[in-house]
Parts: sequence; structure tokens; C-alpha cells
Amino acid sequence: MQTKRNGNFIALILLLCSVLGLEALAESSRLKPATPDYRLTFPLDYGAHEDFRIEWWYITGWLETEDHKPLGFQVTFFRYATDLNHDNPSRFAAKHLIIAHLALSDPAVGQLMHRERTVREGFGFAYAKHGDTDVKLDDWTLMRRPDGHYQVEMQDDDFGLRLTLAPTQSVMLQDQSGFSRKGPKPGQASYYYSEPHLSVTGTVFRNGKPVAVTGRAWLDHEWSTAYLDPDADGWDWFGANLDDGSALMAFQIRAKQGGKVWAYAALRDASGNMTLFDPEQVDFTPVRTWRSPHTDAVYPVEMRTRTGDIEWHLVPLLDDQELDARQSTATVYWEGAVTLHRNGRPAGRGYLELTGYAKPLSLE
Amino acid sequence: MNTATLSRWLSWGEWRAHWLQLLVALTAIAIGVAMAFSIHLINTAAFNEFSAASKSLSGQSDLQVHGRRGFFDERLYPQLAGHDGVLLVNPVLELDVIVPGKQQNRNDHRLKIIGIDMFRSMRIAPDLLGLPKEGKTLDRVAEDTVFLSPAAMEWLQVRQDDLLQLHAGLETVTLRVAGGLVRARAGQRIAVMDIGAMQWRFQQLGVLSRIELKLRDGVNHAAFKAQLTRELGDAFIVAEQADQEQRIANMSRAYRVNLNMLALVALFTGTFLVFSTQALSVVRRRQQFALLRVLGFTRRQLLRQVTAEGLVLGITGSLLGLALGYAAAVLSIQLLGGDLGTNFFPGVKPGIHLDPFMALLFLGVGVTVTLLGGIVPALEASRAKPALALRAGSEDTAMAKLSAPWFALACLATALAFTRLPPVFELPVFGYLAIALLLIGGITLMPHFTARVFARLLKHNPDNANAVSMLALARLAHMPNQSAIALGGILASFSLMVAMAIMVTSFRVSIDHWLSQVLPADLYIRTAVSGDQGGFQPDAQQLITALPGFERIDLFRTQSLTLNPQRPDITLFARPVDRADPRNTLPMTDDMLAPGTIPENAIPVWISEAIADLYGYRTGDRIRLPVGNASNEFLVAGVWRDYGRQFGAVQMLLSDYQALTGDLSVNTAAMWLRQGMAADQAIAALRQLPFGSALEISHSSEMRALSLEIFDRSFAVTYLLEIIAVVIGLLGVAASFSAQTLARVKEFGMLRHIGVLRRQILALLAAEGGLLTALGIALGFVLGWGISLILVFIVNPQSFHWTMQLHLPWSWLISIAVILLVSAALTALLSGRHAVSGQVTRAVREDW
Repeated sequence: MQTKRNGNFIALILLLCSVLGLEALAESSRLKPATPDYRLTFPLDYGAHEDFRIEWWYITGWLETEDHKPLGFQVTFFRYATDLNHDNPSRFAAKHLIIAHLALSDPAVGQLMHRERTVREGFGFAYAKHGDTDVKLDDWTLMRRPDGHYQVEMQDDDFGLRLTLAPTQSVMLQDQSGFSRKGPKPGQASYYYSEPHLSVTGTVFRNGKPVAVTGRAWLDHEWSTAYLDPDADGWDWFGANLDDGSALMAFQIRAKQGGKVWAYAALRDASGNMTLFDPEQVDFTPVRTWRSPHTDAVYPVEMRTRTGDIEWHLVPLLDDQELDARQSTATVYWEGAVTLHRNGRPAGRGYLELTGYAKPLSLE
Repeated sequence: MNTATLSRWLSWGEWRAHWLQLLVALTAIAIGVAMAFSIHLINTAAFNEFSAASKSLSGQSDLQVHGRRGFFDERLYPQLAGHDGVLLVNPVLELDVIVPGKQQNRNDHRLKIIGIDMFRSMRIAPDLLGLPKEGKTLDRVAEDTVFLSPAAMEWLQVRQDDLLQLHAGLETVTLRVAGGLVRARAGQRIAVMDIGAMQWRFQQLGVLSRIELKLRDGVNHAAFKAQLTRELGDAFIVAEQADQEQRIANMSRAYRVNLNMLALVALFTGTFLVFSTQALSVVRRRQQFALLRVLGFTRRQLLRQVTAEGLVLGITGSLLGLALGYAAAVLSIQLLGGDLGTNFFPGVKPGIHLDPFMALLFLGVGVTVTLLGGIVPALEASRAKPALALRAGSEDTAMAKLSAPWFALACLATALAFTRLPPVFELPVFGYLAIALLLIGGITLMPHFTARVFARLLKHNPDNANAVSMLALARLAHMPNQSAIALGGILASFSLMVAMAIMVTSFRVSIDHWLSQVLPADLYIRTAVSGDQGGFQPDAQQLITALPGFERIDLFRTQSLTLNPQRPDITLFARPVDRADPRNTLPMTDDMLAPGTIPENAIPVWISEAIADLYGYRTGDRIRLPVGNASNEFLVAGVWRDYGRQFGAVQMLLSDYQALTGDLSVNTAAMWLRQGMAADQAIAALRQLPFGSALEISHSSEMRALSLEIFDRSFAVTYLLEIIAVVIGLLGVAASFSAQTLARVKEFGMLRHIGVLRRQILALLAAEGGLLTALGIALGFVLGWGISLILVFIVNPQSFHWTMQLHLPWSWLISIAVILLVSAALTALLSGRHAVSGQVTRAVREDW
């Protein structure tokens, strides 16, 4: 109940930055747009970028319990600049909001467990720090240690996790050295890097009981002020750690009238060679749809994705990985663990995100 | 023929023959029950709504932390959030902001603005979440937006997207109405803003009004509260929801209880009337009952007959009364509001809720009273020897037994004793009991008194001066009981009316006098916000005091203080007071230190009567008050009279206040015009100041007029109840006179036979009625005066903590007495016409 109300706001933000697009947001003179000439530098760019409207640290992964049961998890921290209260000296002034999102996919439960929280930055309760990844929302934290290990701790009433994620590969700068285009127009872009193949150890709590887990995860860090085309209807995205050590990310932004506004894919092999794919080289084809009993929305939970000559077959861990915040807003989307198959054989595991399928996907 | 049929016949016969009496009895029961029930309904509804509205503001928190002085440093917020055992923390800033253009109603010109952090409050007080326009969710945290409840929108006449101007200190704040508070209660006038925006825009940076806490499961609330209270120390109060409820209940308890008592008085008057009508009807049927006894009716059958009649009457009348009371309650809430026009629960729009249990209770009271009225005389009738009872004229002896003088005297003595007793749970319970006993005693004594007075008058009457007056006096002197009991109702209602009139006049005169004492200056100016800081900072004060045209300017700093979390806040006034003789500044009572005896090193405070009563402080005591950084010690230098703040107020020297707190701001300036300076000219000069438009300027004369107007409105309901009581009383007189004259048909026939004219018989009746009423009025006046003494000197100080001087509204009392006298005589006359219209011979024959 409480978290659903919280969902109100995160859903709004997601909508703002996904479907609604730029028009309303691009007008601020204080917030910067993403430009191709910027060179990402680390560790500085691990930290927050307060001059941009929206920023997120997004971690998904597959875990295995001691008795070899699979679990999917998703952890997201958002920083959102309200572009309000610039001159307000109050310590409560709502200049930045921190939004966090925790989800666990357990085939034994059969549907997604999820929690959302939103808090304004201030009083040390919530912040996204400059310089290195250090995000906090009350007692939910995500921090990058100097050795590159990430520490995540998120607990709610009945479930939660405490994980350490160790990098095994270098940072994967997306698109043009981290400048990631999201549409045909020059302003439609973000800064975007990923850390695939993070090695996970830690504990997952279900009904208050700790379970030791290990696994593989994927981290995305992306920031921008505006990047979606007003014509966009929603997006299909996935990121996957492949069994041979390579990393694959692909997305398409669907157009309202059908077809796609933009698409992109990148495949990096274990030795670090990147293959980038142009919009016309990337296709998403639904194989099987699932109708949500909660919202009646129909999702292409099983997909075929072509990147250049390669065809990937995405199969969900479970069908019901829908995130339903409909009681507070109209926003519903699907975010779930999937296995990738190539030529009929398992090739890796990742996370698929499907937005814009539940109608109406407009603001309340 | 079985008994049931017989019993039905008997009742039908009686009711058909005396339908007017039946009607009066039914009306009396109905009105008595209706008055009590409707006041109960209105009070309960208003109180429930008031407390529900207050509760919805604080949501579902377990504990609330307040500062004793209203506002406190926001650094407490992170400190509490990190506290063990705390699950949720909700910081709140709350201000009652004066709305420009609404100042004409002094009791009702503030808008409550609540500053919240929506991300924190939606888990504790979700009702306060504003509903913005589609796609404008960020309006909830914007720096220039406000969300209004439907009642507030209606009151301010704004809609979504309109701009709303409010005063903050000396500046104007413009806010955009971003949407509504759909879950606010009906009639609840509140506004919600982002806490950060509010701190900034209303110049309250760094402070909060309260912090609400929700504790983790399994944390012991009482233990946690005790621990937190210890940790936070003197400057803070940790309160539970129950304390809050207690505080709300305390706020309105005296008001509610007094109104309920008034309703009970109405019921009592009604009761008496029912009792007397029933008793009269049974006594009149004494012969009939004796006859039935002779014919073989048992005592028990007789009693059952009377009981059954009483039940039918009581249930019908009470049901009628419940319906009437419900309708009256709904109507008055619509017309006058839940506080019956007194502004006690401002902005509350309650819905009437019918509690079946309470309805049954009121039904029970109505029926019981009716039954008692019948059974007492019926018992007497069933015990009487049938042979004696069969004889005509035995009724009076029967009545005499109902009004034993020792009982009356016992009542009066007990009443006297009760006036010496202290309040119970801060309520004047014994005061009200004394009033009831005084009434019962007075009414029971009435027949003896009547007999004595008229016997004496008869004795002193010059021989045969006037046959009619002789006859009237003779009848009153020798048959006092029947007449007297008929007068009971009117005696009760008249004495209550006198009492209320004296009380209200005393109160009004005292208030008028007090107002002129507390508003000595010509003009009062104040700023619009009531935050932690007074609105006039030293630079603004300098501008004001530098204005020409004023002989004297006093600056006031007012503030709320919490002395006890279960009690409403008290008001602290810091202002120039004549330390040597405070009577020059304050409306002091006699309870004060002798002028000039305050020790040099003591900090004097002058407390209102309410403080003395509620907190037990006495003149000469050393007390601690949360003024300044620590709580300091003060000397109580005297008690002053305050009709403005029931919950208490304390006055201290402005210089002491500033030395203790370092707070140099003030809220109010009292300004005396120089000779020859016109008020309009002075106001124009004030408006010319840089902050002139944000000033609230009042004339003391207007303030006085307004206060008295509010006063009169508060007592409107009282007047209404009085009038109803008197009308019931008159109805009673009509009923009993008509019953008596019918019973006396034989007597009149006899009189006509021996040559008395019809006109003379009518004059006889009028004289009887007039004389009896005159005596009733005289006695009622004495009784009423006694009751008013109890109201003025016991009930008021004990429930509202203020004292007043006694003032009698002579002209009003006399005119009411005359009206009553004339109407009673006319009533007697009218009912008599019917009796003498029949055939003389038949009337006489009937007796034999």
C-alpha cells in the first residue's frame, strides 16, 4: 500500500523520461544537454551529474541460491532534478529527488516482488554524491568502493538483498565512447556506460530469512537531460552477460505509428572488441505474448532479436514479471530476467525491459 | 367483558373526553424529549467532526513531538529519524495565515496551511496529498504552489490555476492553486504546501511545528514516549494520539457540557409539565377509580390501567420527540452550523449520526418520566379508602400528599449545601444539581406557599369588598394544590428564564466593561502571519514609532505556549505593564500583590483566572514557564480577568521577555491618537509605510462592537430554548385551567343558581389565573435569581474559569412578567368560557 503510493512518483519519472520525451523538459536553461564532444573520465563519471535532469544506476542480474535455484534481481537508483527551488535556501528545498527501485523474480513465487521509494535529497537521508558512485535513500544504499566493488544494501519489510558486485571486465562505453544516441535528432542522446559480467556474492532475504547467493550482474549508468523523440511509444531493451564472456546490449524505441524511431546494439567479446550495430541492423520480433491478468496488457515476453547477422532468442524466467503501479498511476511495465539462445542453444542470461505496452500509458 | 376490553374502554373514554389535555401532554413530552435530543445530536456531531478533522491532519502517527513554544529547530528531524525504534518520521510546519480581505470576521479569517514533505507524509497522513493537474505532479514540490481543500476553495473563491495572495509578515506571498485536497473532510478549510517552499515563502526557515513518528512494530509506545521525553528535555513535548484527543476534548468540553446541561434543563421543564399533566389527570379521575374499586377492580388492576395509559402516552410522545429532535438538529446544523452559530468549531460541517443506543436512552427517559407522573398519584388513589375518595372535593387532599413540605425544604437545604462544593472533573456538576434541587424544592413548596399567602390576603381583605375577589381568594387559599401544581411548569420555565437573563446580562455587561479596559488604545495594528517570529522586526518597529500624530504606542509580543500537552495552548503576552500598579494596564481582580511590593530581582507575570484555576498557580507563587532558552522562574504578581482566552493567558513585561529570549520582534502595536488627529488620517499614514498594505488595522470601537456581536450570537440559542420553555409552561397553564374549569362545572352551576352572573364567573376565573400567576412570577423571580447566582458565581467560574459581576436586566424582566401575567389570565378566561357556556340546570343536576 505504502510503496504503491511511492510508486506514483517513480512511475511519473519513468514516464517523463521515456514516453513524454523532451518538449516539456528541454526548456530549462540550467540543465545541460548531452553533447558528443564530452569525454567520460573515471572515477569522476561513476558519480552523480547534477547538471542533468535524470540519472540512473541500474543493476540487473541472475543469482543462484545454495540449492541451485535461479533468482532474478533488479536494483535501480534514480536521481531526478526537479529544476525547481533554485533560490530556496530551505534545507527541505526539493531540488533533487532520489528514487529507488528493488525487484526480485523468484520462479517459486511466480510473480515479481517489488518495492519503490522516493525521497527528496537533503538532511543526509538521501543523496547521489559527486566523484564516485555513492547513492543513498534512507537505509537503501549503493556504493562503489575504491577497489571498484559495488556494495548494495536494500531491505524492506518482507524481502531485500545485500550484495557485493566485483567487476571482471573493463567499463563498456556505449555507442560513441559513451555518447549514446536515442533518436534521429542530435539532442536525443544520453551519456551511457555499462559494467557487464559483475561477479555477485551476497545474501537475499525472503520473508526475513537470509539465503546466500552468487551470480552475474549487469550495471548501467546513464544520465541525460532529455533524449526521447516525442513520437516514441515505448521501448524494448535488454542487456545480457553471454556465457562466452561477451556482453550484448540492444534496444529499440518504437514509434507511435508502428515501426521504430531508433535502435542500437553493441556486442563486446571477452577480449574487449566492440561491434556496434546501426538502427537498421537491429530488429525486435515478438515470438510469444503474455496477457497480464493484473492489467490486461499484452507483452511480447518472448522475443527474437536480430543484430546484424546474428539472431538471439529471448526466453523469460517467468511470464509474470510485470511491475504494476496502476493503483496510484496508470504506469505499468515489464522488467524481467530472460535467457538468451543462439542457434537453439543457451548463450547467456540477461534482463529484458518492455515499456509502453499497458494502455493507457499516458499520465493519470 | 374481559379486563382488556374494559381497560381499552376506560382509556378511550378518558382521552376522548379530555383530548386537549391529551394533546398538551403529548406535546409536552415531545418537545421536552426533542429539545434534549436535538442538542445532544448537534453537540455529538460537531464534536466528532471537529475531532475527526483534527485527527485527519495528524494521520496515523503513534507519537507527535511538539515544541513548548510552538516552533522548534528542524535539526531535531534528522535526530529523530535516526532514533532506534522509529519507523517513519514526518516533519510538519503549520501556520494559521490571515487571509487578506477576510478580516471582517475576527474569529474566522485564518487559513491553516500545512507544510509537508509529501514523500514522508504520504505514509503517515495520506489525506494531505494534493491532487495536481494531469502531468503536473512536480507541482507537489514546487516553490509557488498550494493545494486547497474544497471548503477552502469555496471560502477563498478560487479554483485550480488561480493565484492566491497571502500575507507573510510584512510581505505578500503569491501562490498558485495547483489542485485540491480531495480527501479533506467536508467543511474542513486547509491548505497544503511543500514544506521547503513554505519555510522559504513564509519566512520560517529552519523551523518546524511538529514531528510525527510512527514506531516500529513491537516497540512499547509508553516506554518509548517516556524515554524520548527524557532525552529531549524540557523544551519539547512528546504526545500520543490519545493526548491529542484529550486536548481536543478539553478544548470544547465546557462548551459541550454546558449546552448539554441546558438541554437537560429543557427536558426537566418538559418533565415537570408531563408530570403535572399526568398527575392532574389521575387525580381528577380519583372518583372514577374509587368507583371501579367498589365495583371490584383490584389495586393492581388499577395500577396496571394507569401504567398502560402512561406507556402509550410516553412512547407516542417520546417517539414524536425523537423525530422532532432529529429534524430540529438537521435544520439547525444547516442554518447555524455545528456550533449553533458560536464559532466554537469554525469551518466544521458535521453530518448528523443517529446512535440507536442514545435514541433509546432518550426514549427511556421520556417514557419513565411520563410513567412516574401517572403512577405516583395512582398509587395514592389505589390506597385511598374508596368511600372517601368517592366524595367530591377530595382531590385537594390527594394533591397535598404529593407535595410534602419537608421534602421541599430538604431539597432547598441540599441545594444550598451543593453550592459550597468544588467542581468534579473540572465541571460544575454540583452547581447544576443545586439548580435542579432548587427548582424541585421551589415547585413543591408552591402549594403551601399559595395557601399561606392567599389565606393571609383573605384575612386582611376588607369585608365583602368584592364578591368575585373574595371567591377567588377563598378558592386559592383553601384549594391550593391543584392550581399550584398546574403552575409548576410555568414556575420552572419562568425561573430558568430569569436565571438565564440575569446570567447573560451580567456576562455581557462584564464583557463590555472588560473590553473597554483591554482595548484602551484607538488603533491596533498587527501583521498577518502567526509564526515563530512576530511580524514587526526592530526596523519596522522604528518606522511605526516614528510616525507623527500618536500620543503613545505600545508594542505587544504574543505567542502560544504549551504547559501541558493534554491541554490547549495558553497565550503569552509580553507588553509594557505598569509594574508598580498593574491595574493601570490590566483588568486585574482583587487577587494581586500589593502595589509596589514586587521584589526587584523577580520577574513578574500576571496570570488570567483560567491559569489560576487550571494550573493551580496562586499569587505570590514562583512558577516555571518555557520562556527563553531554558525554562525560567517567574513570580505570579496577580490574577487578571480574561474573557477572551478560556484556556488561559499570561502577561509579562516586554522588556523582561526580550532580555530572556533575545527575540526583539513584536506582533501588535496599540496606538493612541494625539488630540486632533483623525483616525482616518492615522490609518492613511500607516498605509503609507513600506509594508502598509500588509497591515491589519482595527479600530478599538469596531473590535468592541464585533466582540459583542459574537457574544450575542453565541447566546441566540439560549434565548430560543428559553422561549420554548415558556411556551411549554403556558401550554401547561392552559391545559390545567381547562381541566379544572371542566371539573368545576358543578361549582359554576351552583354559583349561577345563587345569582352570580356569567360575566362574574369569567372574572373570577381571570382573577384566579392572574393572582396565581402573579404569585408564580414572584416566586419564579426569587427562584430564578437564586439560580442565576449559582450560574454566575459557580457554574461559569468552574467551567469557563472567569468571574463576572451580577447585573439585573430589570426592564426586560418586568416586561416578560407582564406578558406572562396577561397571557395566563387570558388563558384561564378562555378555558373558562367553555365551562360556563353549558346549561346551568344540567350542570347542577349532574352532581346529584
